[in-house]
Amino acid sequence: MQTIKLKLRGIEQLLEGQVQDQGTVEIQGIDYQTDTLPFDVPVDGTLYGTLLNYRGAFEKLEPSMREDPYKKPPKAPILYIKPKNTFISHGKAIPLPQDVEALEMGAALGIVIGKTATKISEQDALDYVAGYTVVNDVSIPHESVHRPAIKEKTRDGFCPIGPWITARESIQNPNDLHITVSVNGVVKQENSTKNVIRSVEKLLADVTEFMTLNKGDVLLVGVPENAPQVKENDLVKIEIEGIGAIENRIIPEKDVIGGDLA
Amino acid sequence: MKRARVSFGGLIQDATEVDGKVRLNDGRIVEEKDVVWLPPVEPQTVFTLGLNYADHAAELSFKAPTEPLVFLKGPNTFIGHHGHTVRPSDVMFMHYECELAVVIGKTGKNIKKENAYDYVSGYTIANDYAIRDYLENYYRPNLRVKNRDTCTPIGPWIVDKEAIEDPMNLTLRTYINGEIKQEGTTADMVFGIPKLIEYLSSFMTLNENDLILTGTPKGSVDTKVGDVVITEVEGIGRLVNTIVGEDY
Repeated sequence: MQTIKLKLRGIEQLLEGQVQDQGTVEIQGIDYQTDTLPFDVPVDGTLYGTLLNYRGAFEKLEPSMREDPYKKPPKAPILYIKPKNTFISHGKAIPLPQDVEALEMGAALGIVIGKTATKISEQDALDYVAGYTVVNDVSIPHESVHRPAIKEKTRDGFCPIGPWITARESIQNPNDLHITVSVNGVVKQENSTKNVIRSVEKLLADVTEFMTLNKGDVLLVGVPENAPQVKENDLVKIEIEGIGAIENRIIPEKDVIGGDLA
Repeated sequence: MKRARVSFGGLIQDATEVDGKVRLNDGRIVEEKDVVWLPPVEPQTVFTLGLNYADHAAELSFKAPTEPLVFLKGPNTFIGHHGHTVRPSDVMFMHYECELAVVIGKTGKNIKKENAYDYVSGYTIANDYAIRDYLENYYRPNLRVKNRDTCTPIGPWIVDKEAIEDPMNLTLRTYINGEIKQEGTTADMVFGIPKLIEYLSSFMTLNENDLILTGTPKGSVDTKVGDVVITEVEGIGRLVNTIVGEDY
Protein backbone atom coordinates (compact mmCIF):
# COMPACT_ATOMS: atom_id res chain seq x y z
CA MET A 1 0.00 0.00 0.00
CA GLN A 2 1.14 3.47 -0.89
CA THR A 3 0.43 6.77 0.86
CA ILE A 4 -0.14 9.71 -1.45
CA LYS A 5 -0.82 13.44 -1.39
CA LEU A 6 -3.08 14.65 -4.13
CA LYS A 7 -4.60 17.90 -5.30
CA LEU A 8 -8.07 17.88 -6.82
CA ARG A 9 -9.22 20.69 -9.05
CA GLY A 10 -11.05 23.41 -7.13
CA ILE A 11 -9.76 22.32 -3.73
CA GLU A 12 -6.87 24.35 -2.44
CA GLN A 13 -5.49 21.97 0.19
CA LEU A 14 -3.68 18.76 -0.59
CA LEU A 15 -5.61 15.63 0.38
CA GLU A 16 -4.10 12.44 1.70
CA GLY A 17 -4.98 9.12 0.18
CA GLN A 18 -4.03 5.46 0.04
CA VAL A 19 -3.46 3.54 -3.17
CA GLN A 20 -4.12 -0.22 -3.14
CA ASP A 21 -3.58 -0.70 -6.84
CA GLN A 22 -3.23 1.98 -9.54
CA GLY A 23 -6.96 1.79 -10.29
CA THR A 24 -8.32 2.77 -6.86
CA VAL A 25 -7.57 5.56 -4.40
CA GLU A 26 -8.96 5.68 -0.88
CA ILE A 27 -9.57 9.23 0.35
CA GLN A 28 -11.01 9.82 3.84
CA GLY A 29 -12.26 6.25 4.02
CA ILE A 30 -13.98 6.14 0.63
CA ASP A 31 -12.69 4.33 -2.46
CA TYR A 32 -12.60 6.20 -5.76
CA GLN A 33 -11.75 5.01 -9.25
CA THR A 34 -8.50 6.77 -10.16
CA ASP A 35 -9.74 7.70 -13.63
CA THR A 36 -12.76 9.56 -12.22
CA LEU A 37 -10.76 11.97 -10.04
CA PRO A 38 -10.15 15.52 -11.37
CA PHE A 39 -6.43 15.74 -10.61
CA ASP A 40 -4.66 19.07 -10.35
CA VAL A 41 -0.91 19.79 -10.35
CA PRO A 42 0.23 18.54 -6.91
CA VAL A 43 3.26 20.87 -6.52
CA ASP A 44 3.76 24.63 -6.63
CA GLY A 45 7.47 25.23 -6.12
CA THR A 46 10.32 25.64 -8.60
CA LEU A 47 10.99 22.63 -10.82
CA TYR A 48 14.58 21.88 -11.74
CA GLY A 49 15.58 19.31 -14.35
CA THR A 50 18.92 17.51 -14.50
CA LEU A 51 20.69 16.95 -17.82
CA LEU A 52 22.66 13.81 -18.73
CA ASN A 53 22.11 11.92 -15.47
CA TYR A 54 21.29 8.59 -17.12
CA ARG A 55 24.41 6.63 -18.09
CA GLY A 56 22.91 5.90 -21.52
CA ALA A 57 22.21 9.58 -22.18
CA PHE A 58 25.69 10.55 -21.03
CA GLU A 59 27.35 7.86 -23.15
CA LYS A 60 25.47 8.99 -26.26
CA LEU A 61 27.02 12.44 -25.98
CA GLU A 62 30.38 11.27 -24.64
CA PRO A 63 32.14 10.98 -28.05
CA SER A 64 31.62 14.75 -28.62
CA MET A 65 32.38 15.87 -25.09
CA ARG A 66 36.03 16.68 -25.84
CA GLU A 67 35.17 18.60 -28.99
CA ASP A 68 33.68 22.03 -29.56
CA PRO A 69 31.53 23.44 -28.11
CA TYR A 70 31.70 21.16 -25.06
CA LYS A 71 35.48 20.76 -24.79
CA LYS A 72 35.33 18.53 -21.71
CA PRO A 73 32.84 16.29 -19.89
CA PRO A 74 30.61 17.96 -17.31
CA LYS A 75 31.71 17.90 -13.67
CA ALA A 76 28.83 19.37 -11.66
CA PRO A 77 25.14 18.54 -12.18
CA ILE A 78 23.78 20.43 -15.20
CA LEU A 79 20.39 21.85 -14.30
CA TYR A 80 17.56 23.69 -15.99
CA ILE A 81 14.25 25.18 -14.87
CA LYS A 82 10.76 24.31 -16.09
CA PRO A 83 8.79 27.46 -15.19
CA LYS A 84 5.19 27.47 -13.93
CA ASN A 85 3.60 28.12 -17.32
CA THR A 86 4.71 24.61 -18.27
CA PHE A 87 2.91 22.82 -15.41
CA ILE A 88 -0.21 20.80 -16.28
CA SER A 89 -1.89 17.94 -14.47
CA HIS A 90 -2.57 14.35 -15.36
CA GLY A 91 -5.17 14.15 -18.12
CA LYS A 92 -4.59 17.61 -19.60
CA ALA A 93 -3.51 18.21 -23.18
CA ILE A 94 0.12 18.84 -24.14
CA PRO A 95 0.00 21.63 -26.74
CA LEU A 96 1.82 20.84 -29.99
CA PRO A 97 3.23 24.12 -31.36
CA GLN A 98 2.12 25.00 -34.86
CA ASP A 99 5.53 24.80 -36.50
CA VAL A 100 6.54 21.54 -34.75
CA GLU A 101 6.01 17.98 -36.02
CA ALA A 102 7.05 15.86 -33.05
CA LEU A 103 7.67 16.22 -29.32
CA GLU A 104 10.03 14.30 -27.09
CA MET A 105 8.63 12.69 -23.94
CA GLY A 106 11.12 12.91 -21.06
CA ALA A 107 10.15 10.34 -18.42
CA ALA A 108 11.47 11.65 -15.13
CA LEU A 109 11.25 10.76 -11.48
CA GLY A 110 10.52 14.01 -9.62
CA ILE A 111 11.89 14.37 -6.10
CA VAL A 112 9.50 16.58 -4.10
CA ILE A 113 11.32 18.54 -1.40
CA GLY A 114 9.83 18.44 2.09
CA LYS A 115 11.88 21.07 3.92
CA THR A 116 14.49 23.70 3.16
CA ALA A 117 17.65 21.97 1.95
CA THR A 118 20.98 23.83 1.89
CA LYS A 119 24.33 22.04 1.67
CA ILE A 120 22.88 18.74 2.83
CA SER A 121 24.93 15.55 3.01
CA GLU A 122 24.30 12.44 0.97
CA GLN A 123 23.66 10.50 4.20
CA ASP A 124 20.88 12.83 5.36
CA ALA A 125 19.49 13.68 1.92
CA LEU A 126 16.32 11.59 2.11
CA ASP A 127 15.28 13.40 5.31
CA TYR A 128 14.61 16.41 3.09
CA VAL A 129 12.36 14.52 0.67
CA ALA A 130 8.58 14.69 1.08
CA GLY A 131 7.93 12.21 -1.70
CA TYR A 132 8.11 11.48 -5.39
CA THR A 133 6.03 12.24 -8.43
CA VAL A 134 6.01 11.43 -12.14
CA VAL A 135 7.06 14.19 -14.52
CA ASN A 136 6.92 14.34 -18.29
CA ASP A 137 9.69 16.74 -19.26
CA VAL A 138 8.40 17.60 -22.73
CA SER A 139 10.87 19.01 -25.26
CA ILE A 140 10.99 20.00 -28.86
CA PRO A 141 13.73 17.63 -30.11
CA HIS A 142 17.13 19.36 -30.17
CA GLU A 143 20.63 17.97 -30.67
CA SER A 144 22.81 20.58 -29.01
CA VAL A 145 22.88 21.03 -25.24
CA HIS A 146 25.42 23.84 -25.39
CA ARG A 147 22.96 26.67 -24.71
CA PRO A 148 19.91 26.56 -22.39
CA ALA A 149 17.02 24.96 -24.27
CA ILE A 150 14.47 27.63 -23.34
CA LYS A 151 12.43 27.66 -26.55
CA GLU A 152 12.52 23.86 -26.65
CA LYS A 153 11.53 23.21 -23.02
CA THR A 154 9.54 26.09 -21.52
CA ARG A 155 6.42 26.30 -23.66
CA ASP A 156 3.02 26.41 -22.02
CA GLY A 157 1.92 22.91 -21.04
CA PHE A 158 5.34 21.31 -21.50
CA CYS A 159 5.50 19.74 -18.05
CA PRO A 160 2.78 17.29 -16.98
CA ILE A 161 3.22 16.45 -13.27
CA GLY A 162 1.38 13.93 -11.13
CA PRO A 163 -1.02 12.41 -10.77
CA TRP A 164 0.00 12.70 -7.11
CA ILE A 165 2.94 12.77 -4.72
CA THR A 166 3.83 9.37 -3.28
CA ALA A 167 5.15 9.68 0.26
CA ARG A 168 8.84 8.98 0.74
CA GLU A 169 8.04 6.28 3.29
CA SER A 170 6.14 4.29 0.65
CA ILE A 171 9.23 3.96 -1.57
CA GLN A 172 11.85 1.56 -0.33
CA ASN A 173 14.58 2.55 -2.79
CA PRO A 174 14.13 5.47 -5.22
CA ASN A 175 17.26 4.33 -7.05
CA ASP A 176 15.65 1.14 -8.31
CA LEU A 177 12.34 2.02 -9.94
CA HIS A 178 11.19 0.75 -13.29
CA ILE A 179 10.03 3.38 -15.82
CA THR A 180 7.73 2.64 -18.75
CA VAL A 181 6.62 5.02 -21.48
CA SER A 182 3.73 3.93 -23.68
CA VAL A 183 2.27 5.72 -26.66
CA ASN A 184 -1.28 4.78 -27.67
CA GLY A 185 -1.01 1.70 -25.48
CA VAL A 186 2.24 0.42 -27.02
CA VAL A 187 5.38 0.34 -24.85
CA LYS A 188 8.01 2.61 -26.45
CA GLN A 189 10.62 2.90 -23.73
CA GLU A 190 11.69 1.10 -20.59
CA ASN A 191 14.43 2.08 -18.21
CA SER A 192 15.15 2.21 -14.50
CA THR A 193 16.35 4.78 -12.02
CA LYS A 194 19.14 2.33 -11.19
CA ASN A 195 20.85 3.53 -14.39
CA VAL A 196 21.55 7.04 -13.15
CA ILE A 197 25.02 8.48 -12.60
CA ARG A 198 24.10 10.50 -9.49
CA SER A 199 21.67 8.72 -7.19
CA VAL A 200 18.78 10.63 -5.62
CA GLU A 201 20.89 11.21 -2.48
CA LYS A 202 24.06 12.21 -4.35
CA LEU A 203 22.15 14.55 -6.66
CA LEU A 204 20.47 16.31 -3.72
CA ALA A 205 23.83 16.75 -2.01
CA ASP A 206 25.59 18.07 -5.12
CA VAL A 207 22.79 20.47 -6.07
CA THR A 208 22.20 21.91 -2.59
CA GLU A 209 25.94 22.54 -2.31
CA PHE A 210 25.32 25.68 -4.39
CA MET A 211 21.58 26.31 -4.35
CA THR A 212 18.88 25.92 -1.75
CA LEU A 213 15.89 23.74 -2.54
CA ASN A 214 12.73 24.80 -0.75
CA LYS A 215 9.70 22.89 0.45
CA GLY A 216 7.55 22.14 -2.57
CA ASP A 217 10.38 22.40 -5.09
CA VAL A 218 10.89 19.46 -7.43
CA LEU A 219 14.21 18.12 -8.67
CA LEU A 220 14.11 15.73 -11.62
CA VAL A 221 16.52 12.83 -11.47
CA GLY A 222 17.04 12.97 -15.24
CA VAL A 223 15.58 11.76 -18.50
CA PRO A 224 16.63 8.37 -19.94
CA GLU A 225 18.23 8.17 -23.39
CA ASN A 226 16.13 7.65 -26.52
CA ALA A 227 13.10 9.58 -25.30
CA PRO A 228 10.11 8.55 -27.43
CA GLN A 229 8.80 11.05 -29.94
CA VAL A 230 5.09 11.64 -30.34
CA LYS A 231 2.83 13.37 -32.84
CA GLU A 232 -0.56 15.05 -32.92
CA ASN A 233 -3.32 13.09 -31.12
CA ASP A 234 -0.95 10.55 -29.57
CA LEU A 235 -1.76 9.50 -26.01
CA VAL A 236 1.37 9.18 -23.87
CA LYS A 237 1.57 7.43 -20.55
CA ILE A 238 4.56 7.51 -18.24
CA GLU A 239 4.54 5.05 -15.39
CA ILE A 240 7.07 4.82 -12.59
CA GLU A 241 6.95 1.72 -10.44
CA GLY A 242 5.46 2.39 -7.01
CA ILE A 243 4.82 6.08 -7.76
CA GLY A 244 2.04 6.26 -10.34
CA ALA A 245 1.27 6.97 -13.98
CA ILE A 246 0.46 10.16 -15.85
CA GLU A 247 -1.31 10.21 -19.15
CA ASN A 248 -1.64 13.16 -21.53
CA ARG A 249 -2.66 13.62 -25.13
CA ILE A 250 -0.83 15.71 -27.72
CA ILE A 251 -3.21 18.32 -29.14
CA PRO A 252 -2.45 21.13 -31.62
CA GLU A 253 -1.74 24.33 -29.73
CA LYS A 254 -4.50 26.26 -31.49
CA ASP A 255 -7.08 23.84 -30.07
CA VAL A 256 -6.11 24.11 -26.41
CA ILE A 257 -6.21 26.78 -23.75
CA GLY A 258 -3.82 26.12 -20.91
CA GLY A 259 -4.11 22.35 -21.32
CA ASP A 260 -7.88 22.19 -21.79
CA LEU A 261 -9.63 21.64 -25.07
CA ALA A 262 -10.74 25.05 -26.29
CA MET B 1 6.15 55.95 -7.65
CA LYS B 2 8.81 53.70 -6.16
CA ARG B 3 7.77 50.48 -4.45
CA ALA B 4 9.72 48.10 -2.24
CA ARG B 5 9.32 45.18 0.13
CA VAL B 6 11.01 45.61 3.48
CA SER B 7 11.09 44.10 6.91
CA PHE B 8 10.64 46.52 9.78
CA GLY B 9 9.95 45.76 13.40
CA GLY B 10 9.56 42.06 12.70
CA LEU B 11 6.99 42.49 9.95
CA ILE B 12 7.33 42.17 6.19
CA GLN B 13 5.69 45.15 4.55
CA ASP B 14 5.20 46.85 1.22
CA ALA B 15 6.70 50.31 1.17
CA THR B 16 6.88 53.38 -1.03
CA GLU B 17 9.45 56.15 -1.28
CA VAL B 18 8.86 59.61 0.19
CA ASP B 19 11.67 62.19 -0.06
CA GLY B 20 14.40 59.56 0.15
CA LYS B 21 12.71 57.86 3.09
CA VAL B 22 10.65 54.71 3.38
CA ARG B 23 6.91 54.94 3.90
CA LEU B 24 5.51 51.75 5.38
CA ASN B 25 2.03 50.34 4.76
CA ASP B 26 0.74 51.73 8.01
CA GLY B 27 1.88 55.28 7.16
CA ARG B 28 5.00 55.45 9.32
CA ILE B 29 7.99 57.02 7.61
CA VAL B 30 11.37 55.51 8.49
CA GLU B 31 14.97 55.86 7.37
CA GLU B 32 16.34 53.65 4.57
CA LYS B 33 19.03 52.34 6.91
CA ASP B 34 16.50 51.18 9.49
CA VAL B 35 14.73 48.61 7.33
CA VAL B 36 15.84 45.23 6.02
CA TRP B 37 15.46 45.32 2.25
CA LEU B 38 13.87 42.33 0.55
CA PRO B 39 13.71 41.66 -3.18
CA PRO B 40 11.03 44.16 -4.32
CA VAL B 41 8.95 41.40 -5.91
CA GLU B 42 8.69 37.76 -5.01
CA PRO B 43 10.21 36.44 -8.21
CA GLN B 44 8.13 34.11 -10.35
CA THR B 45 9.66 33.16 -13.69
CA VAL B 46 12.92 35.05 -14.10
CA PHE B 47 14.51 35.35 -17.52
CA THR B 48 18.10 36.48 -17.83
CA LEU B 49 19.89 37.52 -20.97
CA GLY B 50 23.41 36.46 -21.81
CA LEU B 51 25.60 38.41 -24.23
CA ASN B 52 22.93 41.08 -24.79
CA TYR B 53 25.44 43.90 -25.14
CA ALA B 54 27.75 43.66 -28.13
CA ASP B 55 30.74 45.12 -26.24
CA HIS B 56 30.35 42.60 -23.39
CA ALA B 57 30.05 39.72 -25.88
CA ALA B 58 33.29 40.88 -27.55
CA GLU B 59 34.97 41.14 -24.13
CA LEU B 60 34.13 37.46 -23.56
CA SER B 61 35.30 36.57 -27.10
CA PHE B 62 31.81 35.83 -28.38
CA LYS B 63 29.94 37.23 -31.31
CA ALA B 64 26.66 38.82 -30.32
CA PRO B 65 23.94 36.19 -30.78
CA THR B 66 21.41 36.29 -33.61
CA GLU B 67 18.64 35.06 -31.27
CA PRO B 68 18.34 36.08 -27.59
CA LEU B 69 20.45 33.86 -25.32
CA VAL B 70 18.07 33.29 -22.41
CA PHE B 71 18.44 31.36 -19.18
CA LEU B 72 16.22 31.12 -16.10
CA LYS B 73 16.84 31.71 -12.40
CA GLY B 74 15.18 30.23 -9.34
CA PRO B 75 13.97 32.19 -6.28
CA ASN B 76 16.87 30.96 -4.11
CA THR B 77 19.40 33.25 -5.77
CA PHE B 78 17.77 36.60 -4.96
CA ILE B 79 18.65 38.85 -2.05
CA GLY B 80 17.71 42.42 -1.27
CA HIS B 81 19.52 45.77 -1.17
CA HIS B 82 22.38 45.89 1.37
CA GLY B 83 22.56 42.09 1.31
CA HIS B 84 25.63 39.88 1.49
CA THR B 85 26.78 37.75 -1.42
CA VAL B 86 29.00 34.77 -0.72
CA ARG B 87 32.25 34.30 -2.61
CA PRO B 88 33.37 30.66 -2.37
CA SER B 89 36.93 30.32 -1.08
CA ASP B 90 38.20 28.30 -4.06
CA VAL B 91 37.36 30.70 -6.90
CA MET B 92 39.57 33.01 -8.95
CA PHE B 93 37.05 35.09 -10.88
CA MET B 94 33.69 36.27 -9.58
CA HIS B 95 32.28 39.32 -11.30
CA TYR B 96 29.22 41.53 -10.97
CA GLU B 97 26.84 42.32 -13.81
CA CYS B 98 24.82 45.52 -13.55
CA GLU B 99 21.48 44.99 -15.29
CA LEU B 100 18.20 46.76 -15.88
CA ALA B 101 15.44 44.41 -14.70
CA VAL B 102 12.01 44.67 -16.30
CA VAL B 103 8.98 43.75 -14.18
CA ILE B 104 6.07 42.26 -16.12
CA GLY B 105 2.72 43.73 -15.11
CA LYS B 106 0.14 41.41 -16.63
CA THR B 107 -0.40 38.13 -18.42
CA GLY B 108 0.44 38.05 -22.10
CA LYS B 109 1.13 35.71 -25.00
CA ASN B 110 2.12 36.58 -28.57
CA ILE B 111 2.72 40.21 -27.64
CA LYS B 112 3.81 42.44 -30.50
CA LYS B 113 6.77 44.69 -29.84
CA GLU B 114 4.67 47.77 -30.59
CA ASN B 115 2.49 46.91 -27.54
CA ALA B 116 5.22 45.46 -25.36
CA TYR B 117 5.36 48.30 -22.83
CA ASP B 118 1.67 47.75 -22.02
CA TYR B 119 2.84 44.55 -20.31
CA VAL B 120 5.54 46.23 -18.21
CA SER B 121 4.74 47.50 -14.72
CA GLY B 122 8.14 48.89 -13.81
CA TYR B 123 11.89 48.55 -13.55
CA THR B 124 14.44 47.68 -10.95
CA ILE B 125 18.16 46.89 -10.73
CA ALA B 126 19.72 43.44 -10.64
CA ASN B 127 23.31 42.47 -10.05
CA ASP B 128 23.69 39.14 -11.81
CA TYR B 129 26.94 37.82 -10.28
CA ALA B 130 28.79 35.11 -12.20
CA ILE B 131 31.49 32.81 -10.93
CA ARG B 132 33.45 32.01 -14.05
CA ASP B 133 35.46 29.21 -12.44
CA TYR B 134 32.31 27.08 -12.49
CA LEU B 135 31.44 27.62 -16.17
CA GLU B 136 30.80 24.43 -18.10
CA ASN B 137 29.70 24.20 -21.71
CA TYR B 138 26.40 22.45 -21.09
CA TYR B 139 23.31 24.65 -21.00
CA ARG B 140 25.84 27.44 -20.59
CA PRO B 141 25.69 29.58 -18.53
CA ASN B 142 24.96 26.71 -16.16
CA LEU B 143 23.04 27.19 -12.92
CA ARG B 144 26.12 26.58 -10.77
CA VAL B 145 27.49 29.82 -12.25
CA LYS B 146 24.26 31.79 -12.31
CA ASN B 147 21.78 30.48 -9.78
CA ARG B 148 23.76 30.27 -6.58
CA ASP B 149 22.24 31.29 -3.27
CA THR B 150 22.76 35.04 -2.59
CA CYS B 151 24.25 35.70 -6.04
CA THR B 152 21.52 37.91 -7.51
CA PRO B 153 20.98 41.09 -5.49
CA ILE B 154 17.88 42.95 -6.68
CA GLY B 155 16.21 46.25 -5.79
CA PRO B 156 16.02 48.47 -3.85
CA TRP B 157 12.93 49.91 -5.54
CA ILE B 158 10.65 49.09 -8.41
CA VAL B 159 10.17 52.33 -10.27
CA ASP B 160 6.84 52.56 -12.04
CA LYS B 161 6.98 52.43 -15.82
CA GLU B 162 5.46 55.91 -16.10
CA ALA B 163 8.40 57.48 -14.29
CA ILE B 164 10.92 56.32 -16.89
CA GLU B 165 10.71 58.18 -20.15
CA ASP B 166 12.96 55.92 -22.22
CA PRO B 167 14.18 52.70 -20.61
CA MET B 168 16.30 52.09 -23.71
CA ASN B 169 18.50 55.08 -22.95
CA LEU B 170 19.65 54.73 -19.34
CA THR B 171 23.22 54.81 -18.07
CA LEU B 172 24.41 51.77 -16.11
CA ARG B 173 27.33 52.07 -13.70
CA THR B 174 29.06 49.77 -11.26
CA TYR B 175 31.34 50.91 -8.47
CA ILE B 176 33.63 48.81 -6.29
CA ASN B 177 34.51 50.52 -3.01
CA GLY B 178 33.49 53.84 -4.53
CA GLU B 179 35.58 53.51 -7.68
CA ILE B 180 33.74 53.33 -10.99
CA LYS B 181 34.47 50.05 -12.84
CA GLN B 182 31.71 49.65 -15.40
CA GLU B 183 29.78 52.16 -17.45
CA GLY B 184 27.41 51.58 -20.32
CA THR B 185 23.98 52.41 -21.63
CA THR B 186 20.84 50.40 -22.23
CA ALA B 187 20.84 51.95 -25.71
CA ASP B 188 23.52 49.37 -26.59
CA MET B 189 21.39 46.26 -25.96
CA VAL B 190 21.44 43.80 -28.85
CA PHE B 191 17.78 42.92 -28.22
CA GLY B 192 15.83 45.77 -26.61
CA ILE B 193 12.96 45.43 -24.17
CA PRO B 194 10.13 45.39 -26.76
CA LYS B 195 11.91 42.76 -28.84
CA LEU B 196 12.60 40.58 -25.77
CA ILE B 197 8.96 40.67 -24.69
CA GLU B 198 7.85 39.83 -28.22
CA TYR B 199 10.38 37.00 -28.45
CA LEU B 200 9.62 35.35 -25.08
CA SER B 201 5.86 35.67 -25.38
CA SER B 202 5.96 34.18 -28.89
CA PHE B 203 6.46 30.73 -27.36
CA MET B 204 5.31 31.02 -23.73
CA THR B 205 2.96 33.00 -21.53
CA LEU B 206 4.40 35.85 -19.47
CA ASN B 207 2.81 36.53 -16.09
CA GLU B 208 2.64 39.33 -13.54
CA ASN B 209 5.88 39.74 -11.58
CA ASP B 210 7.92 37.72 -14.02
CA LEU B 211 11.24 39.46 -14.47
CA ILE B 212 13.52 40.00 -17.42
CA LEU B 213 17.13 40.76 -16.52
CA THR B 214 18.30 42.38 -19.72
CA GLY B 215 22.05 41.70 -19.67
CA THR B 216 25.16 43.70 -18.86
CA PRO B 217 27.58 45.88 -20.83
CA LYS B 218 31.36 45.62 -20.93
CA GLY B 219 33.47 46.09 -17.83
CA SER B 220 33.06 43.11 -15.51
CA VAL B 221 35.99 42.71 -13.14
CA ASP B 222 36.75 40.42 -10.23
CA THR B 223 35.37 41.16 -6.77
CA LYS B 224 37.00 40.20 -3.47
CA VAL B 225 35.70 39.47 0.00
CA GLY B 226 34.93 42.77 1.71
CA ASP B 227 34.24 44.69 -1.50
CA VAL B 228 31.20 46.94 -1.51
CA VAL B 229 29.65 46.72 -4.95
CA ILE B 230 27.15 49.33 -6.08
CA THR B 231 25.19 48.79 -9.27
CA GLU B 232 23.38 51.87 -10.47
CA VAL B 233 20.84 52.49 -13.20
CA GLU B 234 19.99 56.07 -14.12
CA GLY B 235 16.56 57.02 -12.82
CA ILE B 236 16.08 53.68 -11.03
CA GLY B 237 18.52 53.90 -8.15
CA ARG B 238 21.57 52.33 -6.55
CA LEU B 239 21.74 48.75 -5.35
CA VAL B 240 24.36 48.14 -2.66
CA ASN B 241 25.86 44.72 -2.00
CA THR B 242 28.82 43.41 0.00
CA ILE B 243 30.95 40.39 -0.87
CA VAL B 244 31.55 38.05 2.06
CA GLY B 245 33.49 34.83 2.55
CA GLU B 246 31.93 31.44 3.20
CA ASP B 247 32.50 31.78 6.93
CA TYR B 248 30.76 35.13 7.39
